[in-house]
Amino acid sequence: MVMSQTKAAFGQAEPADYESAVSARNISKNYGAVEALRDLSLEFPRGQLTSLLGPSGCGKTTLLKIIAGLLQPSAGEVEVNGHTVTGPGPDRAFVFQDFALLPWATVMRNVAFGLEMRGVAKSEREGIAAKYIAEVGLSGFEHSYPHELSGGMRQRVGLARALSVDAQVLLMDEPFSAVDEQTRRKFQEDLLALVQHENKTFIFVTHSIEEAVYVSDQIAILLPRPSRVSEIIRPSSFRSKGVDNIRRDPEYLDIVDQIWASLRSYVE
Amino acid sequence: MPNRSLLLKILSAVILFGAWEIAGRVPVSFAFPTFLESMAALVRMTADGTIFTAYAETLKPLIVGVAISTVLGIAIGLWVGLSQFFDWLFSPIFIVMQAAPLAALIPLLVLAYGIGLTSKVLVVCIMAMPVIVLNTSSAVRNTPESMKEMGRAFLASDTAIVLKIIIPAASPVIFAGLRLGISAGFIGAILSELKITPTGVGDIITYSRSIADYPSMYAAIFSIILLAVLFLNLLEKIEVVLFKGNQRGYVSD
Repeated sequence: MVMSQTKAAFGQAEPADYESAVSARNISKNYGAVEALRDLSLEFPRGQLTSLLGPSGCGKTTLLKIIAGLLQPSAGEVEVNGHTVTGPGPDRAFVFQDFALLPWATVMRNVAFGLEMRGVAKSEREGIAAKYIAEVGLSGFEHSYPHELSGGMRQRVGLARALSVDAQVLLMDEPFSAVDEQTRRKFQEDLLALVQHENKTFIFVTHSIEEAVYVSDQIAILLPRPSRVSEIIRPSSFRSKGVDNIRRDPEYLDIVDQIWASLRSYVE
Repeated sequence: MPNRSLLLKILSAVILFGAWEIAGRVPVSFAFPTFLESMAALVRMTADGTIFTAYAETLKPLIVGVAISTVLGIAIGLWVGLSQFFDWLFSPIFIVMQAAPLAALIPLLVLAYGIGLTSKVLVVCIMAMPVIVLNTSSAVRNTPESMKEMGRAFLASDTAIVLKIIIPAASPVIFAGLRLGISAGFIGAILSELKITPTGVGDIITYSRSIADYPSMYAAIFSIILLAVLFLNLLEKIEVVLFKGNQRGYVSD
């Protein structure tokens, strides 16, 4: 099911079979005279992965940071589980494009950082951190420093840090763009498993069409200057066919082509 | 390989002192003693206690000045780095201080604060503080934005961001500033003893020169350099203890 939507039709075209975990309502963001986002509204279904896809400079990272509470919108509001966002909160965790690890701290301290800031006692937070370090496959590296790890492993640390605070909403800002192609494929498969097993809402920013179609339950296509949601696509048939079959599924290929057709004219 | 680095240090010392000995024997100048003569003078002054009485005097303005410069310099540097307003307010003062020809300003200080300890401490501070402040503030300002953003995203308070992110991230450059500042403080301490009132090590230098006892003069100069080197090594040890991660490279490496 592929839906094209105009802003006016937005309300009716939305299928009502899910509940929103995050709602962005009429968000505008100006940087001085530059309009980054204009009157953007978008619903993020609970327990699903929504990706924000668009050409560079289309404001997708800006939108993500507004949802995170790291940036204030010029107008409009974001609601997470019915509460209006005024700043960063315990209900959201962030995975950074450049990992943002503390170079002087071990993997253990980096993963436990969010819990440390929430005032969790040392032994307890290290127990929780150890569990998530194991979950992302970094057992044995607890006492390594970030510079001793490969790019992919560093992002696993960033992911474990975000998982360990047990937020309901996980915000990921191009998390796999700084890792190599093979690691990225493995990450994408792991992410699908994660979305299935953790009952969390994922918001995923990417500039890769294939990646967006591969991992997402819902894809919001943003067009630039100023940004607005031009299309919402919900791939329906191939998600259940197993990770090995997605990339040759006809619907997958169609959606990838269709997105490229609509983005082509915006790429310089 | 600590042994190899120790060996290299000894080798470079041998080359330096060898060159000094040869230059003294040539001699390049009547007023330039050999290395061995200078060391003999140092041993003599150590044996009769002259050097200790001298340092008891010299270390007073040095330690007080360096302590003030370190504490105040880092505090002001943090402040200047964190706030645009304080940057605007304080940065020009320290840039002027760093560029000012201190020796020419000393008479003014003496006029204002007399010839006692205060003036000497001030000279040490004027030498040491600007580089500490400027290094600290620029290190603080250059903390990677994504690290601070990460702190906020994971609910760190402003204090926690300063203590757990900004200061550790800035610490290598802060310590580099401390090393430069403290070396300059040593220069300041001797300068104040040469220019304000001859006391301590400055007195040995001035007096020995006036009676043409050049080995003693160079021995005094050598001892202050030696002390500075030892102190900087101590500082390096302190850095390693305080910020273990600093020798471990950076994520972007």
